Amino acid sequence: MTTTAADLTSPAKNRAMALPSARRLLLWTGLAVLIAWVLVPIYLVALGAFGGRLGVFRWPKSIWPTDLSFAAMSQFLAIEGVFNALLNSLIAAGLTVVFSIALGAPAGYALARYTFRGQNAYRLLVLLTRAFPLAILALPLTVSFIRLGLYDTPFGVSLIHTVLALPFAALVTQSLFMGIPREYEEAAWVFGCTRFQAFIKVILPLALPGLAATAIFAFVISWNEVFAASILTVRERTLTAYLLRILAESPLHYRFAGGFILIIPSVLFIFAVRRYLFAVWGIASK
Amino acid sequence: MPARTSWIPYALIAPSVIFLAALFLVPLVQTVWLSVSAGEGLSLENYRRMAGDLNFALAVKNTFLLTLVVVPLQVVLALAMATMVTKLDKGRDLVLWVLTIPLGISDLAAGLAWLALLQNTGYLNSALYALGLIQGPVGWLSQETPVALFFAIVLAELWRATAIVLVILIAGLQLIPKEFAEAAEIFGARPWTRFTRITLPLLKPSLQSALILRTVLAFEVFAVVYALGGRNFPVLAGEAYVWQNDNQNYGVAAAYAVLIMAISLAATAVYLRVLRTRPEQLP
Repeated sequence: MTTTAADLTSPAKNRAMALPSARRLLLWTGLAVLIAWVLVPIYLVALGAFGGRLGVFRWPKSIWPTDLSFAAMSQFLAIEGVFNALLNSLIAAGLTVVFSIALGAPAGYALARYTFRGQNAYRLLVLLTRAFPLAILALPLTVSFIRLGLYDTPFGVSLIHTVLALPFAALVTQSLFMGIPREYEEAAWVFGCTRFQAFIKVILPLALPGLAATAIFAFVISWNEVFAASILTVRERTLTAYLLRILAESPLHYRFAGGFILIIPSVLFIFAVRRYLFAVWGIASK
Repeated sequence: MPARTSWIPYALIAPSVIFLAALFLVPLVQTVWLSVSAGEGLSLENYRRMAGDLNFALAVKNTFLLTLVVVPLQVVLALAMATMVTKLDKGRDLVLWVLTIPLGISDLAAGLAWLALLQNTGYLNSALYALGLIQGPVGWLSQETPVALFFAIVLAELWRATAIVLVILIAGLQLIPKEFAEAAEIFGARPWTRFTRITLPLLKPSLQSALILRTVLAFEVFAVVYALGGRNFPVLAGEAYVWQNDNQNYGVAAAYAVLIMAISLAATAVYLRVLRTRPEQLP
């Protein structure tokens, strides 16, 4: 990796400037290396997930897919607790999406459309969360969650995941609503819509794709979170918490199967939101 | 922006304020409180037990070492990636998608992916064996090979979390007007000069947020380390987890949490100060 970084700045590159085709070759070689660097570990964990017991201990290994089968994966899914953990992960992530949009989008709308006292204080609160190790602050929640009956439930996990996703949702929706001219809304008021109707009929349809992207980010944040999910659950574990717990005693091919299942949705989600990725992070990092 | 202030914006932000107060500010105070209370009254007993633990010094050292190695490498790698990607016209979207895939991958999954590569009968050893460099399976991730284990964790962290830096930097690069670099080129500035004198200074706000985000997360590092090395490589968040879950000692776990928090806040303060941008320096 460091070689590609060095290539960029070395005199070799300046020489290559004179030769557009040579420079192009260098650029694509570097990119090919980077693409391989990202994809190869995913490919290898997939081989491990579908290779089963024998595949894991084969020596020396071949990088080509030989005798792969779904048997290994279905065996993993059939282990007691795995399916339940998968379900819990989906429930927690789904609830995180609902909460972070339901709480974040109104705040984003308020920041985009109104000037009000305390606006900056609110923005500071939202930004402040980023300087804290949020998941680790879930430690004392164990006690209060037990008292409230939220301990060991996907609902409880989703609450702490919403703390992670909410600041993000508020900032992204703010810029989303700022991008929609307020004149549209005002026109709707003129035609007799109430504020609420104008929002539902005019603004919401325009904001929907961006809101969907925000929702997907919230989902991924929750789906991937390990620490808080692990300390807030015992029996109703999410998939990450379950995998972390069995890490030491489970055979390698089960670990790879678990890792592969964790990776799949992320790949698809990043593909789905790729057009929003930079807009979203451009804003969220301000 | 309308001038009149009504109750509406307050009603809109209230739910999120209440939520953050209940699940961010309250646990924050609770953590600090829990860490300084042992038995009756206030004491530093939890901190004493934390510092007296066998793994403590090692966990502090490991976490700092990992952060100091990983975060700068990530910034350099992400800058290189961003520079390369911005030079593309064809296939840009596809390349960007692939490079940002790890953004959505959990640290646990990343650790497991690299475990597939680096385990005893894994692909690295198979490749080394094929090249005739080793005779049979070699362990890289055990207690006997702390240096190799450290590099394995660095690789997995680089693989997983460089994407977030890349995305923030590309978002930042898009805000820099092209005219600046063009003007510099006319005056004969070489690519390296343009990069250090124009791109980097104007990228400062993005660098700052990327660094804050990554550093705070790097001090929380946990699942990657566990997936690769189990408890062979103690880190701060891992120790907090062990004290909470295995030892059921919430006080010491809270002391670890306060320590991680203090380090994160200190790092953030340093970045805010060192990389501050005055408004007039913005394009």
